[in-house]
Amino acid sequence: MTPSVLAGLTGAALVGFGLYGLILHPHPLRKLLAFNLIGSGVFLVFGIVARRGAAAGFRFDPVPQAMVITGIVVAFAASAIAVALILRLYVESGNVTLNPEVWTKPNGGDAT
Amino acid sequence: MTAELGTTTPGGYLLVLAILLPVAGIILSFTPGGRNAERIALGSTPCGLALACAIAFHVGWAGKPVVYAIGGLPPPLGIALRADGISAVMLVAAAIIVTAAACYARAKFATPGGVRESRSSLTFWIMLQGIWAALNIIFVGGDLFNLYVALELLTFAAVPLVCIDGRPETIAAALRYLLFALFGSISYLLGVALFYGAHGTLDISLLAQRVQPTPVVWTAAALMTCGLLAKTALFPLHLWLPPAHANAPAAASAVLSGLVVKGSFFLTLRLWFYVLPALPADKTVIVLGCLGSAAIIAGSIIALRQARLKLLIAYSTVAQIGYLFLVFPLAIGAQAWSAIGWSAGVMQVLAHAFAKAAMFFSAGLLAEALGHDQIAKLGGAARVLPLTFLTIALGGLSLMGLPPSGGFGAKWLMLQASIASGQWLWTLPVLAGGLLAAGYVYRILAPAFSDDQISLVSPPKRSQEMIALALTMIAIALGFAPQAFFDFLEIGRPVAGP
Repeated sequence: MTPSVLAGLTGAALVGFGLYGLILHPHPLRKLLAFNLIGSGVFLVFGIVARRGAAAGFRFDPVPQAMVITGIVVAFAASAIAVALILRLYVESGNVTLNPEVWTKPNGGDAT
Repeated sequence: MTAELGTTTPGGYLLVLAILLPVAGIILSFTPGGRNAERIALGSTPCGLALACAIAFHVGWAGKPVVYAIGGLPPPLGIALRADGISAVMLVAAAIIVTAAACYARAKFATPGGVRESRSSLTFWIMLQGIWAALNIIFVGGDLFNLYVALELLTFAAVPLVCIDGRPETIAAALRYLLFALFGSISYLLGVALFYGAHGTLDISLLAQRVQPTPVVWTAAALMTCGLLAKTALFPLHLWLPPAHANAPAAASAVLSGLVVKGSFFLTLRLWFYVLPALPADKTVIVLGCLGSAAIIAGSIIALRQARLKLLIAYSTVAQIGYLFLVFPLAIGAQAWSAIGWSAGVMQVLAHAFAKAAMFFSAGLLAEALGHDQIAKLGGAARVLPLTFLTIALGGLSLMGLPPSGGFGAKWLMLQASIASGQWLWTLPVLAGGLLAAGYVYRILAPAFSDDQISLVSPPKRSQEMIALALTMIAIALGFAPQAFFDFLEIGRPVAGP
């Protein structure tokens, strides 16, 4: 087993665990952590992809590495927005849940 | 072919301006703040409309896509911006709806002179321009990773609009929207990584030449499609859409329902028709068509059961998105009928965008005027709000697909394409969806035209009513689109069979 294959399998496993958590855990914060786990797996796959430049005589292909940097920034921004929303939801209602039953009012609520 | 698609053509700089204008607007809105955010948004949107028209003129005049290679570097080294027929049409449609939303929103988010701006108004004006910038990048982007960033920008601008008034149920809706969207984008990103690993480029036209039906390409296509479907809210991934769209303020709902879901749909079209025309996708398109049909039926039936007008309109969006996905079985390949299917799909995107934006504007007017939007308590409302109900009725006409309207044009072309291609099964969801839509539009209109007495909380603003009416008029006028319009949509469409 070469290091590339090992890293690729690790990436796949991370994506799998993350998906499991994202779908099955009801709490938004756990869902967010699971999303970050998937993100790590995807970035690892980008790292393996960078190895394909090796065939052309380069040590690494720099393009995927630039993409990983951009991807990390985007994922960080996404996590920041999600954490802000979770905190705000807790402050406003004291109840952090995505269960639609909790938020449905008997008359369906009114528009404002 | 490659050189042609990778070098700047006359008018290419317009594409850069179309992106720079809203981005500059965002930065400028942040810096001076206050009333200036509103002024900048109201000033830049008409300029953007003029720019979009200029791009459409260039595309139509040259008869081929307008291209701009950023930094003078052609792909695969650089990134290209390309505007073909459908990009140009979508740029114009987006500019019209964003302009209308900005004018409509002045009543709610305007900052009077001498008053410090409120947080919600500053957020609204900045995020509106953010959505517009992201959509423009999506419509002209030529690089899959660049499009990923645009897709994320679109989400980050759309989510705050959902929870702009800060009630807990809107925050929960926004959070659910964000989590669905994050799943969608990370799945898309994994597909991008696989594409780059397999073919060493992410430029759409270069990939189209290199792609082979290998397992890697199929996996990447499946991952990207799944992610985009979650963002487009195709049944059964639609769960986030109704609460998010129904809880946003009317001006924002119109943009979210009319344009934002179309952004990710546009990328799905790009993926299957521009990147992967070489794949034998017979089975895939049937799956997409079946999901679309299920969305039409399920969305319409749930819409029939809603107590609130805004939720009904939001579920109608779920149903109308279903129609969009019928374009895949009807327009794939290079047969004579695929051009009809293609026109039908784009027509449905446009007709729904304008009709739905107008309906959300009207629902907002109605809620302001009556103080609620319970359908059961609308008795006699058409008597006191005649213009608003005219707009709802005309928009409903287009949603049902009655002539003369853009919705009729789209559904008629879909029926033609399904008969011509021998896939007559697709006519069933199209026809059933029309009947069900007639049912839910009737549910709004029937009580409103009754003899009951109803009192207004506040009279509606005539200017807002006119904006909504103008948008439905565009949806109706699309029904009279000449053949030249459909020829324009064909510009730059890759016609390659497997």
